Amino acid sequence: MKFRRIQIGRHLRDKIHGSWMVISLALVMTTPVFLLVGLSVKSWLLLEENSIFTLLFSKEWKPLSGQFGFYPFIISSVWVTVVALLISAPICLLTSIHLTQYAKKWVLKIMHPIIDILAGIPSVIYGVWGILVVVPFISNYLGPFMGKSVSGYSILAGAIVLSIMIIPFILNILIEIFRNIPTELSEASLSLGASKWQTIKFVLVRRAMPGIISALGLGMSRAFGETIAVLMVVGNVTKIPTGLFQPGYPLPALIANNYGEMLSIPLYDSALMLAALILFVVVMLFNFASRLVIIESEKHA
Amino acid sequence: MENPKIAISNLDLFIGKQHILKNINAEIPSKKITVILGPSGCGKTTLLKSLNRLTDLNPDVKVSGSIVIDDEDILTTKRDITDIRKKMGLLAQRPYPLPMNIYNNIAYGLRISGRKNKRFLDKRVEHYLRQVNLWEEVKDRLHDPAAALSIGQQQRLCLARGLAVDPDIILADEPTSALDPISSQTIEEKFIELKSNYTIILVTHILRQARRIADHVIFMYLGEIIEQGPAAQIFENPQEEKTKSYFQGMFY
Amino acid sequence: MPEMNLKKIEEGLFRVLMFCSTVIIATALFLIIFSILYKGLPSVSWEMLTSTPKGGFYFGKGGGVLNAIIGSLYLSLGATILALIIGLPLALYMNVHLIKHQKLVNGIRFMLDLLWGVPSIVYGAFGFTIMIFFGIRASLLAGIFTVTLFIIPIMVRSMDEVLKSVPRGLLESSLSLGSTKAETSYRVYVKQCIPGVITAVLLSFGRAIGDAASILFTTGYTDYIPTALNQPTATLPLAIFFQLSSPIVEVQNRAYASAVVLVTIILIISILARVFSAKFHKNKINF
Repeated sequence: MKFRRIQIGRHLRDKIHGSWMVISLALVMTTPVFLLVGLSVKSWLLLEENSIFTLLFSKEWKPLSGQFGFYPFIISSVWVTVVALLISAPICLLTSIHLTQYAKKWVLKIMHPIIDILAGIPSVIYGVWGILVVVPFISNYLGPFMGKSVSGYSILAGAIVLSIMIIPFILNILIEIFRNIPTELSEASLSLGASKWQTIKFVLVRRAMPGIISALGLGMSRAFGETIAVLMVVGNVTKIPTGLFQPGYPLPALIANNYGEMLSIPLYDSALMLAALILFVVVMLFNFASRLVIIESEKHA
Repeated sequence: MENPKIAISNLDLFIGKQHILKNINAEIPSKKITVILGPSGCGKTTLLKSLNRLTDLNPDVKVSGSIVIDDEDILTTKRDITDIRKKMGLLAQRPYPLPMNIYNNIAYGLRISGRKNKRFLDKRVEHYLRQVNLWEEVKDRLHDPAAALSIGQQQRLCLARGLAVDPDIILADEPTSALDPISSQTIEEKFIELKSNYTIILVTHILRQARRIADHVIFMYLGEIIEQGPAAQIFENPQEEKTKSYFQGMFY
Repeated sequence: MPEMNLKKIEEGLFRVLMFCSTVIIATALFLIIFSILYKGLPSVSWEMLTSTPKGGFYFGKGGGVLNAIIGSLYLSLGATILALIIGLPLALYMNVHLIKHQKLVNGIRFMLDLLWGVPSIVYGAFGFTIMIFFGIRASLLAGIFTVTLFIIPIMVRSMDEVLKSVPRGLLESSLSLGSTKAETSYRVYVKQCIPGVITAVLLSFGRAIGDAASILFTTGYTDYIPTALNQPTATLPLAIFFQLSSPIVEVQNRAYASAVVLVTIILIISILARVFSAKFHKNKINF
């Protein structure tokens, strides 16, 4: 009798656990839907009155008079992201090749913890560092060097801070990619008389190309969505930046800085939610495309 | 042996603490097919790869002894190793087409050594593709990615690619193990044709393949050469116990 | 041959560049930690760490950031535990129950990877929307909810990576002994991967405690240590952020000191995570 009760108990527990697992699965899988719906619903008010195109491309941001042109913020975001990628891409590519092809084992051993720690440093700390080191550097050295007198709070500052933030992320992916290339491919190239560098240039990098592109795509979307660190050094001035040393106002910073006033000005909350929605959609698209590239390339390898 | 193409003396190879090749002494005859035989793990692939110093790729490798190819000891030579490697083509267990189209796979070795003339390259590409019986199959799609070919075709492509750099020696590491019987047969027939112009060293664990094409045999076990000599002699009249047991199928 | 020299020069140039790149990255880390410590350590004091803000704190008078330290701990622990309750079963489900449906599992992994990429501010905005909808004020509860959403993909994927490596034979052996799938999951898989699971938890905790964007709208800020879930909470990242924007130097210095505290916590977590990860890899070789 007792045995049977234990058996029923076990099966019941199994059923409960199983059900909870399925519920978790459902919850997590529907999260993006909830995010999309939630943000869209809140943005709806604004979208009812203005077409999406006006909102995206209009340059006037005057919430008090009901004008919500997102263009300056989108442009700022694009600037900061692109420059950050321009800085970090070569560094990541060169370092990943160095670590996987040339460096001795102990170098890798030291670099691994360094990369992981960099990856774990919170955004706000990067921001503090940006204020302590990057901004003064730009205003005291770089600016005057280029003949400008600037406060340092600029697109460039944001891009520099951002580039260091995304480096560990991109680097880890690139290292994985280069590690996964079979050594026999290098051997084949070397047996044909190619030097190590020629092998890297013509064979390995080519083979890794889809992976490299996705890594950069993922890095870009990470950069696009980064909020606090950039906010602290970028200046937060609502105008279209015309140069690297000018301040900017990227989309995430817009949302973060104005949540306080959100509820007191009509349609402001819709506008900020729309900004979040735009961010969400852009990032998802980039991630989706990048990951698809990796999957497709792995199929053909 | 008169004028062996390769003379290996007292070769010892360690990977870390493991003694992989133990006091190897061997001679490889010129323009013949030499087969290195032995059970898995006996070191035959390592021996093959040490001949073009691909073993250098592994940082834990320590080598001593001498490998003399055409009167030059490649272990102590001052020449750049990439020049030496060009003398030898490598065919691996699985085809590893370079991530380029068919044409460029063959042209790669030539381009690396600085040949850029388009007509020259066109002619060479056709020549080598014909040599491995691939020309008719791919002449209309030379610019398709090499990865699109079947495995048998890819392996023939890799052979053509290796021949294009004009080696003296062809190193083949179980080249038919990933192929179907018909492609395997084609590769074997190619080797027999090629030996009039190239010295071929083939590693295999397929006894029947060895019997079919070997001129010279080296039998290895656990890192040592047990017996070596002309194929007829080894197959018909093996001297060592271990060799006899291997042929009788006692260990694989 | 001049051409050969050109190639050698190219290779040499790139090798120098590669070396410099690697050095740049290592230097960046040390620069960051060094500058934070340099500015912040002088202001770290026992009082700072153990008291809450007193009157005039924001004008440079007495008090400390204990409210933020405790608040961050409450928040991160809460979020990590909640994420664990949802995430561990999910990761196990993927690797045990769904083992025959690899396509579905890969689809789930893909979706999780997509979610991982969502910026924390989007979760923050969403959390805010939900808060308004349900009429909850900015509070510990809202913060926990938002941060949990944010760290679930991280936790599940990290655990999934670890659970993935359990050989199928173990699953088959367990089931053929008559275990139910749930028992196999919790008693076999988790036990096998304990160090890896702990690493995943630590990683998620680290992300939770450091993030500012998701809690900006949802958690509020207060000078007191929260005693209930519906109260607003101070957190370290926000403490740093708000204090830094003050014009008073004393307060700014406290921001740096708080940064030191946060960095220290993160470093400890990183080290612990590496220790457990190493333990896990040691065990893997047995198969």
